[in-house]
Amino acid sequence: MADRLLEVKDLSTFFFTHAGVVKAVNGVSFTLDRNETLGIVGESGSGKTVAALSLMRLVPDPPGKVVEGAMMLGDRDLRTISDDEMRGVRGNDIAMIFQDPMTSLNPVMKVGKQIAEAITLHQDKSRGEALRMATALLARVGIPDAPQRVECYPFEFSGGMRQRAMIAMAISCNPDILIADEPTTALDVTIQAQIIDVMREMQAQFSSGVILITHDLGVIAEIADKVMVMYGGRTVEYGSIDEIFYNSHHPYTWGMLASLPRLDESEKTRLTPIKGQPPDLITLPEGCPFVGRCPYERPKCRDNWPALEIVGPEHGVNCWIPADERLALRAGLPKVKEPAA
Amino acid sequence: MSLLEVRDLKKHFPIRTGVLKRTTGHVYAVDGVSFDVEKGETMGLVGESGGGKSTVGRTVLRLTPATGGNVTFEGIDVMKASRNEMQKLRRDMQVVFQDPYASLNPRMRVRNIVGEALTIHDIGTKAARKQRVAELLEIVGLNAEHAERYPHEFSGGQRQRIGVARALALNPKLIVLDEPVSALDVSIRAQVLNLLEDLQDEFDLTYLFVSHDLSVVKHISDRVAVMYLGKLVEISDSAVLYDRPQHPYTEALLSAVPIPDPHTERSRKRIVLEGDVPSPANPPKGCVFHPRCPRAQEICTTAMPTLAFTGDAGERHEVACYFPARFSGDQRTVASEPFEGSRPVART
Repeated sequence: MADRLLEVKDLSTFFFTHAGVVKAVNGVSFTLDRNETLGIVGESGSGKTVAALSLMRLVPDPPGKVVEGAMMLGDRDLRTISDDEMRGVRGNDIAMIFQDPMTSLNPVMKVGKQIAEAITLHQDKSRGEALRMATALLARVGIPDAPQRVECYPFEFSGGMRQRAMIAMAISCNPDILIADEPTTALDVTIQAQIIDVMREMQAQFSSGVILITHDLGVIAEIADKVMVMYGGRTVEYGSIDEIFYNSHHPYTWGMLASLPRLDESEKTRLTPIKGQPPDLITLPEGCPFVGRCPYERPKCRDNWPALEIVGPEHGVNCWIPADERLALRAGLPKVKEPAA
Repeated sequence: MSLLEVRDLKKHFPIRTGVLKRTTGHVYAVDGVSFDVEKGETMGLVGESGGGKSTVGRTVLRLTPATGGNVTFEGIDVMKASRNEMQKLRRDMQVVFQDPYASLNPRMRVRNIVGEALTIHDIGTKAARKQRVAELLEIVGLNAEHAERYPHEFSGGQRQRIGVARALALNPKLIVLDEPVSALDVSIRAQVLNLLEDLQDEFDLTYLFVSHDLSVVKHISDRVAVMYLGKLVEISDSAVLYDRPQHPYTEALLSAVPIPDPHTERSRKRIVLEGDVPSPANPPKGCVFHPRCPRAQEICTTAMPTLAFTGDAGERHEVACYFPARFSGDQRTVASEPFEGSRPVART
């Protein structure tokens, strides 16, 4: 076993609302090793953010609750450790950066002080020392004039700089695991490129494991080592990046790949969308959540969730279509790639 | 004559400060933009946030008055049109907005949202209008029964279809699409893009498609104009622009878009621009891009270059740069002498 940081098994997080039970995350398992980037991809409502919040024990309770599963950080289960212990885990072992850096920074507190606060909370440092460390961190994530910038408020930062500050705060205590929830979605592409570079450098320096949550398959292709595809709270497919892009087995993964317009396409071709609308999370079927939109639906799909089928090293899929039929179907889809011979 | 001609369009928003709300400066959201849109084509307008793309869309429709310049639609001066003329023009020029949650009145039924324009323009009897709304909903892939529902009963993609139905109600010639698919998930985005393409063929529509998403713009547009800080820096046929970008900003923008293909991604060389987009309230002197430009030289700090043909690639390929990339065959070169075409002519 490589240097394993995290092992999540059968995680289920439900929200108990007046309208019904929302099964936001339903039996999801994954692992994360050191120096590895796991991409979690899916559409809005697929449960990717809730999975991450469950790891951080930040799911609002009520209405949310982790109802099942184990989240093993070494030999500790994040689901069962005490709140005190969990506070030690956050920041020290696992840090998280969010999509919108404006709402996740305190608007009335100087940036340097916010980062220093995280440091003094977790490490035995004086305020002055922590502030000096904050300055060094800001410089490290590429903020020019860091000594002046620590004295600024978040509103004086641009979107890209705020995200850099968030990264600085996240790495301030050398966490083993960094969870980035749509870290570049609110940013322009040229700034996104900068932030991706910073994240890469930080990962290389700290040999951390990164969980990257995004709906953007382009970003996934750029930095992920392995990918978990989520739909309606379930993992429908997981695998190494090459397996997911060039040897995908699930109709939803195919649908996603075929519906993307591509910059490097020379011919103007028509997109192939997935039919139908995103599922209503309260009335999800017992079986596969992709029913109703899946072009290859079988009668048993609605009521039975298929078992995990291992189709290759580090590659699994949950689908009722038998493997040979799946491959035949895929061969008929011009926009979904086949593995190189 | 092009369907839409935009000449030297300017929109400066005043910055008012203090108790007396005195104007202390301006945000140069759009600062001298010129382009033509031919009938039946899709013109894409791309750039990063704060570049002024949406403001161009709104100013063209006169949803906000321009500070200067001209917009001509089928030979009619949109900026000087009277109230009556403007109402007629509005039938031909429609708009679809980005946020399908904010752009539909939550207290109106779909029937009224889609049919409102028909009522305002006094078209048909009540029964005929009802018929037309049903027809419009079918056209955009919804059902006639949806007419009695409220917006909250629909998903994002369906709402955007309602927005499109509303825009189509008066049989317009031009539709300004302001980030129409940016709020949608990939699978739904593809549905709406296909719908827009079908409608264009069926009703001979002309689109001005504003978006920050280069992949989407490339997919849907015949021609693309690239905006940066209120200026057009490059404009060209879509395929040519993506294969042979001449402006350094276009190059950087294209190279920054991650391609959903790991093999391609590993072999690509990216140009990462330094720094952030400057504030449009205080744009840099000279070429607006020069502080971030890897090719900037002294001349770039003197005056903003003007859009001009380099004579390369497509005939309609124009660039505003003193040092554009030039192509001959597979050879890409950047001349050391400034490109004379972009040198602004001194005004007397």
